[in-house]
Amino acid sequence: MSGDSPPRFVLASPESEFYWRSGADGRLRIQRCGDCGRWIHPPGPACPFCHSRRIGPEPVAGTGTVATYTVNHKEWIPGFTPPYVFAFVELDEDPTVRIGTNIVGCEIGEVEIGMRVEVLFEESGEWHVPLFRPAGAREP
Amino acid sequence: MGEPLERRAVISGAAQSDVGRRLYRTGIDLTVDAALRAITDAGLTTADIDGVSTYPGFGGSFGGAMGAELHEALRLSLNWRSSGVETAGPLGAVHNAILAVATGVARHVLVFRTVVEGSGGPLRPGSGSGGGGGMSGSAGPFQFMIPYGAASAACWVACYARRHMHDYGTTRTQLGAIAVNGRANAAANPKAIYTEPMTIDDYLAVRMVSEPLCLYDCDVPCDGSTAVVVSHRDYAPDAPAGAVGVNAIGTAIRGRPSWDQFDDLTSMMMRHTAASMWERTELSVDDVDTAQLYDGFSWLTLAWIEAMGFCGKGESGAFVEGGTNIGPDGAVPLNTSGGQLSAGRLHGFGHLHEAVMQLRGTANIGVDDCEVVAVGAGGGPETGSLLLTKGPS
Ligand SMILES: [Zn+2]
Repeated sequence: MSGDSPPRFVLASPESEFYWRSGADGRLRIQRCGDCGRWIHPPGPACPFCHSRRIGPEPVAGTGTVATYTVNHKEWIPGFTPPYVFAFVELDEDPTVRIGTNIVGCEIGEVEIGMRVEVLFEESGEWHVPLFRPAGAREP
Repeated sequence: MGEPLERRAVISGAAQSDVGRRLYRTGIDLTVDAALRAITDAGLTTADIDGVSTYPGFGGSFGGAMGAELHEALRLSLNWRSSGVETAGPLGAVHNAILAVATGVARHVLVFRTVVEGSGGPLRPGSGSGGGGGMSGSAGPFQFMIPYGAASAACWVACYARRHMHDYGTTRTQLGAIAVNGRANAAANPKAIYTEPMTIDDYLAVRMVSEPLCLYDCDVPCDGSTAVVVSHRDYAPDAPAGAVGVNAIGTAIRGRPSWDQFDDLTSMMMRHTAASMWERTELSVDDVDTAQLYDGFSWLTLAWIEAMGFCGKGESGAFVEGGTNIGPDGAVPLNTSGGQLSAGRLHGFGHLHEAVMQLRGTANIGVDDCEVVAVGAGGGPETGSLLLTKGPS
């Protein structure tokens, strides 16, 4: 994807709204249980591990590893100009938290499984859509 | 356990409507053709049908036709009707019918799956070609994929295929053996969509869709309806075309119901589904004479081959490479009517229909002395299977 941003069709649920707004202050947040401390994704109505209702968004480092990816050559949604990378990133805090995203900020051929990445956000209307780029690519 | 309840059921009839890339007929129109043919094939009349079961139970290009539409079109008198998408994949409609018959709620259940995805309009996120059942729109689990342009199951399956290649060394040449095998078998199927010969070089040369999946790794949308009649096994002697036994159903969905959060990126829910099927039978994978395994995307077939146990975890690429093991004379003849990649995306019911034909000895490419067939359908978190036998189990 180069040039204009593609259309980001975000349709947040009450549970997930924080996820799509979190980047307003530059931090990625994931739902976490206030009792057992486990991370929960996608966000839900209760902790699936201890059933606590004391759950809420908590900032994470925003770093992780590419678990797998695909290079799309078809314009599945108009405005997503191929080729572009869709990936699953596993977060450092808990690799079972797997986030779908686009990998940006590098050549498509550089993306590989195991690649270290960090979050950045793309503003899209009222939302801040989490994207990932190679770790350490952050401007000084 | 005692005798598994599903053994009280048989498949007494099976048929299809015309199948084509674009037939420009309505889903219910095609469904009536398939249903009437299946009922006749079973030696029954519409007056005998007291149950209807379908997947997913709504219209549109993916849904095809509702159970109530067939109920009304044929003015059936039913004791039981069921549909839904929260099943073990499309074969869940067959599981439900089997259980209805086994428990005596109904005696002869007409089960159908209809698609009009060939002429039914453009791809929409969450529906249409490989769109993941009834989870439409992006408010549900797909809200985490749609904003990134991952609007098709092709994107999600591609991620699993990539990880499988990374972890186990699976190659595109190996993946291509599924497509080449399907195309070769489709040549003998008069209802198949694509029948011109395909070589592995043709496969490797075609354009990419979602790497590592190319165009020939994706099934072909089509229009068509498949129907079977599930009857109580005491009807088996009267079924003129021969009754196929239900030995075991595979229904387990023990993992997270998600395309993106499943615990293992090199297998899918069929791992649990197939395991639960083998838990319900004294038969083993060595008894299977032919396998009809879902190929909505070619990698799904590799996942099914491993889940069923035809080879070990991660070994499916080597198992299928070159096509010898899966060819008509191989260890496990696979998708003998062409599968969905070449014969058309009938959403698992093409595989089911072929299984019945094999066990009757009427398949276009017949497997010698066929007595046991494994059928697996679906991908991601929506998978179901059947172990079928020649005559009641
Ligand atoms: Zn908890």
